Amino acid sequence: MSVDPPLALLAEVTHRCPMRCLYCSNPLALEPASNELDTETWCRVLDQAADLGMLQVHFSGGEPTVRKDLETLIDHASKQGLYGNLITSGVLLDRDRLLRFADVGLEHVQLSFQDTDEGCGDLVGGFKGAHAKKLAVARWIKEAGLALTLNGVIHRHNASRTRDIIELAVDLGAGRLEVASVQYYGWGLKNRAYLMPTIQQLEEVTAVVEDARQRLVGVLAIDYVVPDYYARLPKACMGGWGQRFLNVDPAGRALPCHAAPTIPGMSFDTIFERSLEDIWLRSDAFNRFRGTAWMPEPCASCDHREIDWGGCRCQALALTGDAANVDPVCQRSPYHEDVRSMAESEASAATESFVYRGDPGRTKAQREQKTAGAMGYVQGSDR
Amino acid sequence: MTARKAVSENDKPRFAPHVRFTFDRRRERWVVLAPERMLIPDEISVEILQRCTGEASLAGIIDALSGEFDASRDEIAGDVLALVQDMTDKGVLAS
Repeated sequence: MSVDPPLALLAEVTHRCPMRCLYCSNPLALEPASNELDTETWCRVLDQAADLGMLQVHFSGGEPTVRKDLETLIDHASKQGLYGNLITSGVLLDRDRLLRFADVGLEHVQLSFQDTDEGCGDLVGGFKGAHAKKLAVARWIKEAGLALTLNGVIHRHNASRTRDIIELAVDLGAGRLEVASVQYYGWGLKNRAYLMPTIQQLEEVTAVVEDARQRLVGVLAIDYVVPDYYARLPKACMGGWGQRFLNVDPAGRALPCHAAPTIPGMSFDTIFERSLEDIWLRSDAFNRFRGTAWMPEPCASCDHREIDWGGCRCQALALTGDAANVDPVCQRSPYHEDVRSMAESEASAATESFVYRGDPGRTKAQREQKTAGAMGYVQGSDR
Repeated sequence: MTARKAVSENDKPRFAPHVRFTFDRRRERWVVLAPERMLIPDEISVEILQRCTGEASLAGIIDALSGEFDASRDEIAGDVLALVQDMTDKGVLAS
């Protein structure tokens, strides 16, 4: 088959992050700072991305702003004609740095909010003071003249405030809002029982979003990601494996998606060994689940096979034990009913226990102590 | 709170800040780049979008296109206003 060039580079410049969101989709084993690509190497990656025909770059992580050289990378991407997006929690940003980002050609910032309730948001984000800081950052983003998207992650503990999150996005002048139900990868998978909404909550959120979409045409665009354990058809994960996105992880591995290394038996080339173009076109990893040739039944003969591309490989792995199975959220999967009842029973069990990344099995009191201590990390890393 | 902008022939639309209308040499087609998304306009949309410079009014754009293409002014006005309204709703164009 002929392979189109990728549209966008996901530049995961670091796994470091001062926040510890319970739904973090980063791998359980994070790359340490010492393994991160240096500035020059990232610039080389950006050059190759532009040469390969990519049009956008998403600076992501981890928290990309922990890198002191982010200005240099944004500048370099912009000079290569790449449209620059920054995906950030905002907690390490100040006004001057945002102005510098705008100055060197950043176009757009996607800023995450955990909630509109400060206490609940800071708890889920594992970072005291995060919410207040984010409110300030949103204003600075607008002041710097950058486009603003709010990303509100929805789960059982904040689903009832979806309407407030929409109003917050309007008040802060965002042009776009992602109402994104938690997707269960990495730490999110570990904390699934704590996060899973009930089906009634999902229905309410959907109704609120539908109403707001109509009410706010021309004011706020809303992208809505449903919790797919309750879906009947799978999402087209990454727009299809190896079709639109190329992810480079902090250590320089080129990945079809950032969770792909969870799949056993796969190996991923690094940008030290091969060019991005060579990896994109010819590597085993990118060709493994590309297109439709790899598909088992019921995908192979399904009318949706070129719509959802079989759904998500990592989810198939996590829920069925085999990445080559049909995504079990699909109603045609033999696992579909089991996944749905598991979601329902986890949601109704209403567990209050969870685990922060890098922080296994602490008591509530210990967690609070650690959350307060997280402020020290920010000051330390800003020096 | 800002309200939805209803597009009329008097408007002089231009691309919103942080939206880039550019020719993708690799794929040999026009593309609209916007925050975390891209649109691939069809040929007619490209003709219209190329004229959205902030200087020409939609009335002027419709007149020019009526002269250039074999279609009634009403028909072209319908296409132009529908596209510009949609692009304005999506935050791609501003007046």
